[in-house]
Parts: sequence; C-alpha cells; structure tokens
Amino acid sequence: MTTTTPQTSGAEQAQAVPQVTLTIDDVEVSVPKGTLVIRAAEQIGIAIPRFCDHPLLQPVGACRQCLVEVATPDREGTVRPMPKPQASCTLEATPGMVVRTQRTSAVADKAQHGNLELLLINHPLDCPTCDKGGECPLQNQTMSNGPGRSRFHDVKRTFPKPIAISTQILLDRDRCVLCQRCTRFSEEIAGDPFIDLQQRGVRQQIGVFDPAVLGFAGAAPAEVYRGVQPDGTPVDASIGVPARDAAGPAGDAALDTSGRPFASYFSGNTVQICPVGALTSAAYRFRARPFDLVSTPGIAEHDSNGAAIRVDHRRGVVLRRLAGDDPAVNEEWISDKDRFAYTWQGMPDRLTVPLVRDRGEDGTPGELRPASWAEALETAAEGLAAARGAGGVGVLPGGRLTLEDAYAYAKFARVTLGTNDVDHRARPHSAEEEAFLAHHVAGSRMSVTFADLENAPTTLLVAYEPEDEGGIAFLRLRKGVLAHRNRVFSVAPFASRGLERLDGTLLQAAPGTEAEVLDALAAGAPGALGEAADALGADAIILVGERLATVPGGLTAVLGLARRTGARLAWIPRRAGERGGVEVGTLPALLPGGRLVTDAQARVDVAASWDVERLPAQAGRSADEMIAAAADGTLGGLVVGGLDPADLADPALARTALEKVGFLVSLEVRESAVTRLADVVLPVAPPVERPGTFLNWEGRPRPFPQALTSTAMADHRVLDALADTMGAGLGLGTLAQVHAEIDGLGAWDGERAPAPTVPAAQPPAVGEGQAVLATWHLLLDDGRCQDGERFLAGTAQRPVARLSAATAAGLGLSTGEGLTVRTDAGQVTLPLAVTPMPDGVVWLPTSSVGSAVRATLRVDAGAVVSVSAAAHVNEGEAL
Amino acid sequence: MADKDITRRESAGEVGAGEQPHRYESLIEPKKGLGELLAPVAGFGVTLSSMFKPTVTEQYPFEKVPTKPRFHGRHQLNRYPDGLEKCIGCELCAWACPADAIYVEGADNTPDAQFSPGERYGRVYQINYLRCIFCGLCIEACPTRALTMTNEYELAGPSRRGMIYEKSDLLAPMGEGMLAAPHPMVPGTQDTDYYRGNVSGPVPEQVDWVAQWRPEDSTLPSARRAPATPPAADSPHGAHGQVERTPAEASEATR
Repeated sequence: MTTTTPQTSGAEQAQAVPQVTLTIDDVEVSVPKGTLVIRAAEQIGIAIPRFCDHPLLQPVGACRQCLVEVATPDREGTVRPMPKPQASCTLEATPGMVVRTQRTSAVADKAQHGNLELLLINHPLDCPTCDKGGECPLQNQTMSNGPGRSRFHDVKRTFPKPIAISTQILLDRDRCVLCQRCTRFSEEIAGDPFIDLQQRGVRQQIGVFDPAVLGFAGAAPAEVYRGVQPDGTPVDASIGVPARDAAGPAGDAALDTSGRPFASYFSGNTVQICPVGALTSAAYRFRARPFDLVSTPGIAEHDSNGAAIRVDHRRGVVLRRLAGDDPAVNEEWISDKDRFAYTWQGMPDRLTVPLVRDRGEDGTPGELRPASWAEALETAAEGLAAARGAGGVGVLPGGRLTLEDAYAYAKFARVTLGTNDVDHRARPHSAEEEAFLAHHVAGSRMSVTFADLENAPTTLLVAYEPEDEGGIAFLRLRKGVLAHRNRVFSVAPFASRGLERLDGTLLQAAPGTEAEVLDALAAGAPGALGEAADALGADAIILVGERLATVPGGLTAVLGLARRTGARLAWIPRRAGERGGVEVGTLPALLPGGRLVTDAQARVDVAASWDVERLPAQAGRSADEMIAAAADGTLGGLVVGGLDPADLADPALARTALEKVGFLVSLEVRESAVTRLADVVLPVAPPVERPGTFLNWEGRPRPFPQALTSTAMADHRVLDALADTMGAGLGLGTLAQVHAEIDGLGAWDGERAPAPTVPAAQPPAVGEGQAVLATWHLLLDDGRCQDGERFLAGTAQRPVARLSAATAAGLGLSTGEGLTVRTDAGQVTLPLAVTPMPDGVVWLPTSSVGSAVRATLRVDAGAVVSVSAAAHVNEGEAL
Repeated sequence: MADKDITRRESAGEVGAGEQPHRYESLIEPKKGLGELLAPVAGFGVTLSSMFKPTVTEQYPFEKVPTKPRFHGRHQLNRYPDGLEKCIGCELCAWACPADAIYVEGADNTPDAQFSPGERYGRVYQINYLRCIFCGLCIEACPTRALTMTNEYELAGPSRRGMIYEKSDLLAPMGEGMLAAPHPMVPGTQDTDYYRGNVSGPVPEQVDWVAQWRPEDSTLPSARRAPATPPAADSPHGAHGQVERTPAEASEATR
C-alpha cells in the first residue's frame, strides 16, 4: 500500500499546515491537520487492516475492517473513550486523540475479527479457482489474522457468475465485499459511469444497470447520473436506449449506471485495486498464480506519457501488466492500452533471424530468405554504400524508439551515411512544426510536468485530445479539475467525451481555423473566447498536440498566444519516441540537444564529440520529402525503423516509394508492410526484451530494464554493427556507451532556433454535399501495437462518423444511419452520430476498423471531402 | 626467538581440554573361563543361527511385493464418476511443493470443451520425478482431491525428459462407466454437487453430447451400459435458491 504526499499547491505550502499530535498504540506522532488516523498509523509503521481504503480515493468507510478504539479529550481535557470502535480510514486525527489499534486493544482486535467473519459469511471461498488467490488482501488477512473456522453453517448466497462488464472486465458478485473501490475509481478518477451498489442487506450487490433492480421498471424515466447522448440529448431521455449505442464499445458490454453499454479506457485499474477477486480481466483469467510470475518494472511503450508499469512474466511469456506506482507521473493508474496491449511483442510473426532478398542478374527482386547476421550486415552495407552514391540514403526511424535508439539513428545518418535526411515523424507533419520543435521543445526538459497539469488553474488544449492521445495526462487534468476547480478549454471541432468529463469549455474551431481561433483569443472577445482569454494568465498551461502540425500557422499562433499571455506551453505527441527523437536529433535540421544543423558552431561541437571531421551542413529532407524523392527515384536508399506506411500522410505514395527505392533496409520487431518490401530485414528487440529509456512528453527520462531473457538486439546495437560493417564504427554497442556519449555532449548553450512565422491559411471553401474533414486517432484503434488482444479490442469505441445536426438534416440523415465520406481516392462508410459541431465539418476516426482515413481517402484533417447518405449499410455497420 | 621457548601444550590448543586426557577403558566386563576361550569364534554363532531363520530377501524384480497401502508412489489425477477431471488447475500443489517439481497452467472451461466441473481446469500438468521427493504435501494441498498418490514406485527412465510426466501420463484410467472428457456437466448441477459426491455417473445427455461430437469415442459403449443415475435427491439445488433470484438474475440466466 502506498502513502501519498499531502496534496499541497504553492500557496498552501507557504503557510505551514498546522500539526496535530496524537497517540497511537502509546506512540506519540505529529501529523498535518486533516490527516486520517489510518495514515498517521502508517507513518509510525503500524498497519491497520483495510479493504476499502485507498490513498488516491476519497475515504468512504465501506468495509469497516479498519476499526480501532479511539478516545478524545472533551472540553475539560479529560480523555474520554468513544463508545464503539471507529473506522480509522474516515477519522481525521485531532489533538490529544488516543488511538489503540488491534496491537494494543482487545476491543479493536475483536471488532476486526468479527468484521472479517462477517465479510466471509457470503464469500464463496473459491480461492483455488479465483485469479486473486495468492495476492488477495482478503485471503492474506484471513490467513494471518482471521478466525480459524466459521460459525456460519447455512447455505451461502450465490449469484450467477461471472457478469461480463465488457469483453475485458468480468464481475463475480459473490466474491465482492462491497468496498466500492471500483465505483469510486470510476467516479473520482476516470469519470466513466460504471456499476454501482444496488439493493440492501444480504442482497446488496455491485451491479450493472438494470431497471428492475433499480426499481423503476415501468415507472417514469428515473434520474440517471451523468452525461449526454452522442447527439447532444441529455441522458435522462436515454432510458431504454438501444443496446448498441452509436458510439458505444465495439464488443458486447453490460449497461452501466447511465443505461448505456459500459465503455472506459481505464477499467483495467479497477481489476488491480479490487481487494478481492470480484473484478478480473478476461486476458489474465485463470492464466497464472503470483508465485509463478517474475515481475520486472517497465515503462508503457504506447504513448508519450511514459507510465510506470510492472511486467509479470513466466517462462519467457508476458502474462499481464500492472500499473506501477510513480506519484510524479502516472500515480497508480494506467490506461487499458498500457495494461492489456502487450501481446504484439510475442506474436508468431516476430522476426528472429535476419532476412535478405536476392536480386537476379537483371535486378528483379526475388524472395526474402533467412540469412546469417554476418551476411545480412554485409549485404546491407554494400547496398547502402551503393545507394549512397546513387542519390543518397534517407533514414525513417519511426516514432516509437527509445532515446538510445533514436540517438543511434541520428548519429548513423550523419556519420555513416553522411546525410541529414533523417526524420522520425511517421505522421502528417510540416516544416513549421520542425521549426517549432527546434525553437520550443528541443533542449527544454521538464518545463511543464504532470504536477503542473494538476495545479494550473487554467489549461488550454489545442488540437489535442488528452484521453484519446495518451490517457494519463487526462487523468491528471481531471484530478486538478475535481480537486482545485481548475478550468480546461479546448480548441476542437466538438466536445469529446473526454472534454465533457473534464467539465471543459469548447472553443469551437473547424479544422484549419485553429490559428484563427487562437489569434482571436483576446480579452473582450465574445462568449467562451473572452472567458478563455481572461483565464489564460502566467500560471496557465497550453497543451498542443501533434495534429496542429497540419494546420498552417497553427503552431505560430500558439507560440504567439503563449508570448501574449505568459502561459507555459507544452507539446504532447502521441508516440513514445517522439520527444526523445526531438532531443537527440532525429530531425532533418536538428542535431542532439537542440543544436541546429545550420549553426556551424553547433556542428563543430557535435563533430568533435563524435570524432569526425565535419558533419553535413545542409539541412536534410523531411519524411514526406524523402518519400517523394524515393518515389521519383532521386533517393538511392532508405533505412526504415518501426514505422507503418499507413501512418504517413500519403500511405499509397509511401508504398510506391518503398517499392521503387533502390535499396531498402528495415529494422523491425515483426513482419510488416516495410519488411515485405525490404532488401535486408534486421530483426530488433521489442521493449520487453531490451533495456532502454523513453523520454516522455515532459522531457523526463523513463528508464526501464529488460524483462525477458532474449538474444534479440536493440536498434542501437544493430546500427552499431551495421556501421562497423560499413567501415565507420559508431561506438554505440552498449547502453553505457550511448549514455556516456549523450552525457558527454551535454546541453547546448548556444543559439536556439528562431520561432516559426507562418501565416494562417484561408479555410477552404465548402460546396454543396461537401464538408471539411476533422480526424484524430482513438486510443484503441486498428494500430499494430494492439494486435492479438481481442478482449481489449472489444472495449474500443465503435467507429462512427460525426456531423452537425444541420448538416445531417441537409443530407436527410439522423443518428445511426450510414454516412459515406468520399474523395477521388476512395470512400469510408460509417454509422452517423449527430454531434453539436460546426456545420460543414465531418469527423472520422483516423485509423479504426473500417475507417482508415489516410489509406482510403488519401487526405488528412482540413481537406474538403464529399459526404452523402450511404447507398446501403453493411450488416455489421447497421445499428 | 629460540625454538626451545616453544612448548607444545598437552591439550593441543583445544578449548576446555583437561590437562590429563582420559585413557580408554572398556565398560564391558571381560569374559572369563570357557567364554574367554570361545570368544574369538563367538561371532559365527549369529551366522549359524540365521541359517535356520526364514529369508527376508525380496526377489525384485522377479517377484513384486505389494507396498504398504499408504506408500507414497507416483501421483494420479483423479476423475469424477462421470469422467470429468477433478483438477481445476489452481496450482496449489505447485505452490505447496518444496522441491518445485510441479508445473500447472490453468485455463477456461468452455461449453465446447468442458474438462472439469466449474469454470477452470488444468490445461498443463507436469510433475518432474527427478525433483519429486514424494513428501505428499501436494496431496494435502489439493482442494478437490484431484491429486492422490498411487503405490507405483517404479519411477526410473533413461532420459531426463521422460521423467517429466505430463497430464496424459498422470490422469487416472477411465473406470467402468466413465465417459471421457471433455463433455458438459450433468445438467442442473454445479461444481459443488460434484464435490459433494452427488454425481454418480454419466447421464444420457452427456452420452448423447459425446456421441454427437465424438462418435468414435472409445468410452461411449461403457458409458451407455452404465445405469443412468440422476443426481441424488438431496442435492442442494433448492439451497441455492435460498436467496431467491432477483429478476435481474433470472434474466441473466435466460439470456
């Protein structure tokens, strides 16, 4: 169990919190006023048993296991005992209080014994089949401190089991001790309607939405708790909604307390904090016992938050991942993607040996065949040397690398290949973005932290969905909103479910007009704009997402806004490796530490550290330019890391480029669209089989050890070997060497890049039957890192298209009907969810099942697409 | 320093050793007379007398003497009378094992493949007899009496791999009237009914299920011959309904 530091903002710290002195088990202890007795006891090393108490959740006193004997001084100062034992998890320490726990008080001990016996009356004692067996607080406490035998001889209450809350979360009600940790987590932390207590007495149970149980079958629609329907109608009109809500989860799910299918990106945390085996996950059900498992700390590789996790593995197979405890970053929570999406690292399509493609006499490519490392490296070295002469070699490392790997790619490109053509951005990007990254992000670590997100009174989100593009930042923002009444504003086309749960204010902006809206943020502006302008001060934070790169002038406007208001600005990309790549220079105009390629002094600095004569002085080509050059044959070769061509701005062109490029080397974990076209495939290790460091969006290094024994090599080791074969070693064979070199380079105190100045573009004209496309990735989508986990896939949001009510009416459509979005390249048909958003805008999920926007439509946010009613809706898409 | 200065102490440095070591003296009275005369050949008397006693040498392996009934021999994974496995894959045996000889992996029973009553069965079950010390702690730990020990003691083999017994090697042979798993549980029963011994053999529904999905199954004729015995009347079906079902549960049951 963890203790948290008291949450204090700067102002509170200034005026010292008054101390309270009390006595626990004859030990005197001073704690800040407001501390709970159970925490005060923890401070002096006295463990009071508990089930419902959790340091990050509000006290509730539901399980009654933490009963202690308490006496307090009355007005005259005589210490008088309270008549009954008190729950120490809800009792604040007061001056002079005398507490006796089970260690010194027979009364407290008897009360705790009695309570345990009561909790066990209806507990099924099916520990042999229960997943929690072996790590169960109830089991531990019963074994160590419980009654030897039960006095209860009647038949236990049973429930049909288990209920599938979602495809991933299963509920066994008869094991539940009604501690309400799960319901409190959902309410206080995630903000998703979940399940709740129902009925009374012996029949009291944690349950899902059921009109009969809740007592309003046939009655007038009763009040339900929160939220609105996807089309904006309040939820009290949603009693008896269709089981398949337009924006519900993809798989089957029970109805939550709002009467809709349960959907949450954080539900896995309830499994971890459940003190009994009432909530279990389908992925881990009956798979292992805790004594089987070897636990290794780790860092989640799915997003740029760098959440601490624990990897549990047995005999070289990862069986589950749990949230780690890191108060500075993710506290004790992780998203379901971080928790359950680990199977991709051990799929059957893992590459284990290098592959080489033989070419015929006339240059026709043959089949890939397994080869030795020596041969593969030799072939790659020869091919790259030839390609270097024939137009040069570009490097596309992809955005999922560790800091060490990114550094190796940056050095490999400059030293071995003699080029600045290196770009880790495997997504739509722009020159303005690179200038922004060089100016504001590179070399400025920890300027905004998670703690700042919690404490800043105002946060402005620009082209960033904190829940869908990460999750942990969303939880921190929500914590601040609930605890300190912080305000969140979002520049977006519509208020997402995440923004609603942040109690946020929408600054509505059609795609492409974000810069305009940011420029209009001035005191005295009408409506929410003026409100936001007033709230944005020096203590505010602006969070900008990677999507703003596609809006001309957007990042310029954000920098202008930050200058104008004094607010601090942080850039939060989606992928785990992006921030590290910016820091170590996997960008065409950036060297490590924010040094500019065009700055001669910076080049000399780096060249001296790398022990080379000179570095290429010309800023390189961006990823898009490299793809274009490869497609028209001017680029001789490509070295590609963990990258899916479908993520690039134009996947079709990227495929052409990969097919046509003279020589293609791929460093990959699994077989992919790139390896299938590569001339040489060099297998590399996934995060679980190698140590490394991710740099999260704060700029905080997140080192992690190797979990599984493996012979697979990390990217930096493979690049080092490849460079050795090409005749110029990198000296980056070990992690220590990489770290020593990065440390040796040190920070850059020279000139920084100037801020970009790009004028905002005019929004495109929208004709009849057309709309401007808005799009972003959902947290759970069709990405390759979620492969192989069908239970998790069932909890993903069903892909829907969104239109405003007026635009939908213009097309004669309503929620649930099929909408076809079309360009010259292709079309996407999805069920429609009418949403309050600007007219003439259509939203699609970027990469969900049936909605691969870039691959199908070949456009991105801000483009004009035609919209029409679907000719016919497929069986699976119909509601 | 001259050599003569060094004197060896009597006790050779032993702590607490006395100044004068004891001399050995036998406590047995020395024989006298005829006894003293025959003492050198007295030992042959034992040999002579044992020539006329019954022999205790066992003629293993030509004659195999049964062990005592509670001898700790090879393990066995038992079955319920209808053929379902008793093992639920809980790994308590592996947990109890002081020699780390047991390896278990659990898995879900599904309607298509029900191996044991309830939700969970042992998918992988291995005992390494190079490690096993036959202490029987696993037997004590087993919550369903799935794991017991036979009296089989001939556990030797030419390879290490062969000494790791798999689930198929450990499962009890099919008894008369048993129906090979997987097949559904007796309709209307729960896993507790199996534990309490209320299931005494396969019922026609189970035989029909196996006949439908595995018509070639070798245990079918025997199971068909066995008298169909419905679960005993005192099974606690009613007891489960003591807390009557809420409409919610009723709808779940029918869903």
